[in-house]
Amino acid sequence: MKNALGREIPEKIGGVAEVKAFAGAFKTSPSMSRRAPKVKSVRPTDSKMVDNLADVFAKIPVKDGMTLSFHHHFRNGDGVVNMVLATAAKLGLKNLKVALSSVFPVHEPLIEHAKNGVVTALDTNYMSGPVAEAVSRGLFDTPVVMRTHGGRGRAIECGQLQIDVAFIAAPAADEYGNINGVEGPAACGSLGYAFPDAQYADYVVAVTDYMVEYPLSPVSIPQTRVDYVVKVDCVGDPNGIVSGTTRITTDPVGLKIAEHTAKVIQAAGLIKNGFSFQTGAGGASLATAAFVRKMMEKDDITGSFALGGITGYMVEMLEKGLFKKLMDVQGFDLEAIHSIATNPNHLEIGADFYASPFNAGCAVNRLDVVILGATEIDTDFNVNVVTGSDGVIMGGSGGHADAAAGAKVTIIVANLLRGRLPIIVDKVLTVTTPGETIDVLVTERGIAINPRRTDLKEKLLAAGLPVKDIIDLKELAEQIAGVPKQIKTGEKIVAVVEYRDGTIIDVVRQVEI
Amino acid sequence: MDLKLRRSMLFVPGNNPAMLQDGGVFGADSIILDLEDAVAPTEKDAARFLIAHALRTVDYGCSEKVVRINPLDTFAAQDIKAIVPCRPDAILVPKVESVADIHAAVKMIAAAELPNQTPVKIIALLETPRGIIEAYNIAMADPRVVALALGAEDYTAGLGAIRTKEGTEIFTARTIVVNAAAAADVQSIDTPYTDANDDEGVLVDTKFAKHLGFKGKLAINPRQIEIIHTVFNPTISDIDWAQQVIHAIGKAQAEGSGVASLNGKMVDLPIVNRAKRILHLAQLLGLIEEAK
Repeated sequence: MKNALGREIPEKIGGVAEVKAFAGAFKTSPSMSRRAPKVKSVRPTDSKMVDNLADVFAKIPVKDGMTLSFHHHFRNGDGVVNMVLATAAKLGLKNLKVALSSVFPVHEPLIEHAKNGVVTALDTNYMSGPVAEAVSRGLFDTPVVMRTHGGRGRAIECGQLQIDVAFIAAPAADEYGNINGVEGPAACGSLGYAFPDAQYADYVVAVTDYMVEYPLSPVSIPQTRVDYVVKVDCVGDPNGIVSGTTRITTDPVGLKIAEHTAKVIQAAGLIKNGFSFQTGAGGASLATAAFVRKMMEKDDITGSFALGGITGYMVEMLEKGLFKKLMDVQGFDLEAIHSIATNPNHLEIGADFYASPFNAGCAVNRLDVVILGATEIDTDFNVNVVTGSDGVIMGGSGGHADAAAGAKVTIIVANLLRGRLPIIVDKVLTVTTPGETIDVLVTERGIAINPRRTDLKEKLLAAGLPVKDIIDLKELAEQIAGVPKQIKTGEKIVAVVEYRDGTIIDVVRQVEI
Repeated sequence: MDLKLRRSMLFVPGNNPAMLQDGGVFGADSIILDLEDAVAPTEKDAARFLIAHALRTVDYGCSEKVVRINPLDTFAAQDIKAIVPCRPDAILVPKVESVADIHAAVKMIAAAELPNQTPVKIIALLETPRGIIEAYNIAMADPRVVALALGAEDYTAGLGAIRTKEGTEIFTARTIVVNAAAAADVQSIDTPYTDANDDEGVLVDTKFAKHLGFKGKLAINPRQIEIIHTVFNPTISDIDWAQQVIHAIGKAQAEGSGVASLNGKMVDLPIVNRAKRILHLAQLLGLIEEAK
């Protein structure tokens, strides 16, 4: 069958209980109750401390075919996923499903576990590195389910992603299972992506290398949801967990794009008291924040909140009074960690609070502006952030599709030419985010506006910004770089791209070897 | 006088394909594709090839296409031969010290031009004490010369002075260049501000250059362009004043009077010329629809 974007979706896909085609960003509504996990009781004399992971596996017990979940707050410094899966392999377990919110290069051992049948299914929101590469070449028989950050929260809450055991990498824990992300050698700040897992998994295990005296404070994940605590030698490498101070790009093209983006926001009339904003930590995104900040300072504007992944730069804006609050689902650097630990206006929020479409209102719905990237965008404004120019998986939505759907104005920032390839194509290889939720594309050679937003077009033209038709921009890029050849993919479906509402927006097919 | 707008002239390294491709996106009035300082001697031939190709194929939009060649006593002849037939708008000749230098450059350029090619202009970069002393003669040496530019780094080295951000050591050179250019009716372009990370510094330095009478400034980083433009753009009160001057002179002429006055001050030819220049600039920038 074809979905609303004309993408061919098979009626049945292995590993997906019910295939529902994407019908439009706000066309699918829920009719179900929230999942109820097992009810627990712990007696006053019971201990939650377990000596090692193998003992936890025995106590639960972990069996073949179970779903084990993990968060990605340790990014490329994570040690817990590999440790837990090594234990599973040693115990001879098979057919496990790994629900890891993002997969990084450090998770390479997963490939061996897949080849040996220990892990036979993967559920994630983003993947890069050797695992992504191997998946693209057909590592699993069952397609990997790729969700959005909000969609993962929804799937867990609605029982579509049922977690048997959540192993929560805990920078700090006490013996009764209270956890936070702000202390210990592996401090990572917010633990937001683990919140739905802790709420809805049948069993929750805290894995930590830093025990504090009971009761730990502040509490991010409470003792009432944590069954066991395991102390290990080391949960992760701090160098892979936090970056140094995130710096604003000095690339002149990136700065040009950022400057234009800030002017778009201003021309749209959004830089005013109560302004809310989300931007990424990379290149032109963070530079946009710097230009927006100058505009806010000049006109003495106080924003309401900044949302999403938080960097030291956003912390500085909070401290200078440019925003009243930060809503932090993921911290990127030491400044963000220090701030969430000490500043009461820096709030820790869960993935569901951040972006789940099926609850009584998520934070992205309150956004004025979000700045997002793209590896490809097509003339219908559909965006791909899953596959690269060679068809290999190199990312995933994360919060991309969520924030795009929620914000009043969604802006894609991208160099018109990446390397030697035009960023604008007739049809993106993989749709991550539907064009109906994208409003503006800003490149160094012009700004394209989604035809749905005639209101924005008038405002931007009035401000003297270089507005162009997206087709003209595409032709301009092709004049410089030529028309890229279509990628040939195989038949086998290696991943399904789930939209935040649980419908299938696209599939990823195996790359030809 | 050549009325081409040259508020900002941005250097682009001639051996950097990405920058050559993107040079037109920053809105500089001129871009200078550089074969000299940015390019190591062993890379000159590759850069020549890249720049020649860029001139023929890359759309630099509204930016004037200028190429800085190597000094006349090094690779200038090869540079001119390779570059001039690719129709640059102007050649920036470095280390010009004499009328003879301009004559030599003109001879080579004319020889390299294709039949029917628009004559390639010359901008003389003065960056030695001798070049500064000869500024007026250099500006007058040939009609192709449309501007004098100051290169203060080499100049201060030649003086034996230390280059500072405040620039007191180049004050004389700056005023000489501005004066010589004005006397020869060509443009004067100020030395670049070399700290790309100091936005405040480039603002102060550009304001001072404008105050002395420079018509534009060399730029070494795209970030400097908007700041430079802000300084050189006429303000609303500049435009109001200029329009009043033109109105006053028009009224006086209509009344058959040879002398015009504005707010009790006599309006003479230099004032009229200054007003015309402001209105021309405002018109080019789209700040007014047509000079009244």
